[in-house]
Amino acid sequence: MSSSSVLYDAPGPRAKARYRAFGVLSVLGIAGLLWYAYDSLAATHQFSAAMWDPFQYTAIQQLILNGLLDTLKAFGLAAAFSLVLGSLLAAGRLSDHRPVRAVATAVVQFFRAMPLLIMIFALYQSVFTTSPLWALVTGLTLYNGAVQAEIIRSGVNAVPRGQGEAAYALGMRKTQVMTTILVPQAVRSMLPAIIGQLVVTLKDTSLGFVITYGELLYAGKLIASNTATPDGYPYVPVVLVIGPIYIGMCLLLTALAKWIEARGRRGANRRTPAAA
Amino acid sequence: MGVVFDHGNFTLFRDAFLRTVELSAVSAVLALLLGTLLAAFRVSPVPALRVFGTVWVNIFRNTPLTLLFIAVNFGLPQLDVHFSPFVFAIFALSAYTGSFVCEVLRAGINTVPLGQAEAARSLGMTFGQSLTQVVLPQAARTVLSPLSSVFIALPRNSAIAGAFSVPELYSLQQTLSERGYAIFAIFFWVALAYLAISATVGLLFRVLENRLAVAR
Repeated sequence: MSSSSVLYDAPGPRAKARYRAFGVLSVLGIAGLLWYAYDSLAATHQFSAAMWDPFQYTAIQQLILNGLLDTLKAFGLAAAFSLVLGSLLAAGRLSDHRPVRAVATAVVQFFRAMPLLIMIFALYQSVFTTSPLWALVTGLTLYNGAVQAEIIRSGVNAVPRGQGEAAYALGMRKTQVMTTILVPQAVRSMLPAIIGQLVVTLKDTSLGFVITYGELLYAGKLIASNTATPDGYPYVPVVLVIGPIYIGMCLLLTALAKWIEARGRRGANRRTPAAA
Repeated sequence: MGVVFDHGNFTLFRDAFLRTVELSAVSAVLALLLGTLLAAFRVSPVPALRVFGTVWVNIFRNTPLTLLFIAVNFGLPQLDVHFSPFVFAIFALSAYTGSFVCEVLRAGINTVPLGQAEAARSLGMTFGQSLTQVVLPQAARTVLSPLSSVFIALPRNSAIAGAFSVPELYSLQQTLSERGYAIFAIFFWVALAYLAISATVGLLFRVLENRLAVAR
């Protein structure tokens, strides 16, 4: 494995010994770091039974589960809408008509540069005052739709020119060329990047916390701030429970993207443009 | 539209804007340092460091930034670690961004063709020479454009700090909205401020790219 590295030569006996020494030292260092983290958590009684007791109640478990479902609901809606919006905006940016192109470009650039939180809060204050879910979903859709549009557009542009030219030469119309020739190839090569952006969408649902949408993070904060134990509020246990849930969901999506990428590369005669 | 020019609101706006810039700049520098260190870990020939770097990056890249903010702002005080919200925000932002920087740098190093390093070694260059004169200059060029999107995202992400009592542009939006100004007027000015920041960062990177560009 070292022989295929850009940085290092295949190690000889002395280099191997040196690597081993560094290995031992760094294992010791990492172990020390972990011990320090454990020790400072234990010293402030983060592992006391009272801190972890809340998670034994069914009501609390139900709260976490409902939070998870609300997170997934917001994610599902935002993912579907952002893909639709992304396709529309990408079609607009690839249009032959200059005004359509200009409008689509302006929309994409604006929503890509805007902080999501600012948009969600503005939507919550103005349009969706009673429904944080739709404020969150609309904000996520606008931002992620703009990003997905750029991914799809670069995918379409990465399809070799000959493909489109050949289709036109066969007498296909513009729409036919787009829908039957360019987009299927673009989606195939851009799927990993599209799923990568879906991971971002999933993580950003946690912004619903700020506008009091009852998603996973909000549920966690609620649990932590409403449980007084002799050792303080159980923020650390809650983070240690909620964090892995998010990480697990994101890693699953990432694994899906990797699997699709590997599957696409397996086929013969594949053109694999670098993921944007 | 004149919200910003009412009753001393301009001072508020200016302070909030500068606070956002300050927060983003400090976090950017720390994220760059952390990311470089992690990238060095991830490409090192020592397996233990590689595993450490991989685990660290996967944890911080897949955790929502809001959760990191909660962990830092409410978790650390439980461990008797006390800082101002501004410092906590820097912790969260640079830990989060640092892992993205690491991935970009690692991908950049991996795009340098193997033959380049082999040629350098067969010319008798030492490890330091081949690293600083052959591998890194080439990696830097491919890294610049993905790096620019990471650092354009950073000021946007810094808005979350406003929800955790750092007086920057997002909390300005909240304050002005509570004072009863029309939300769209406020949004217009805040949006303008963010557009200015991301345009500046983008411009800086484009200048840098042009400086480093070579005919290939």
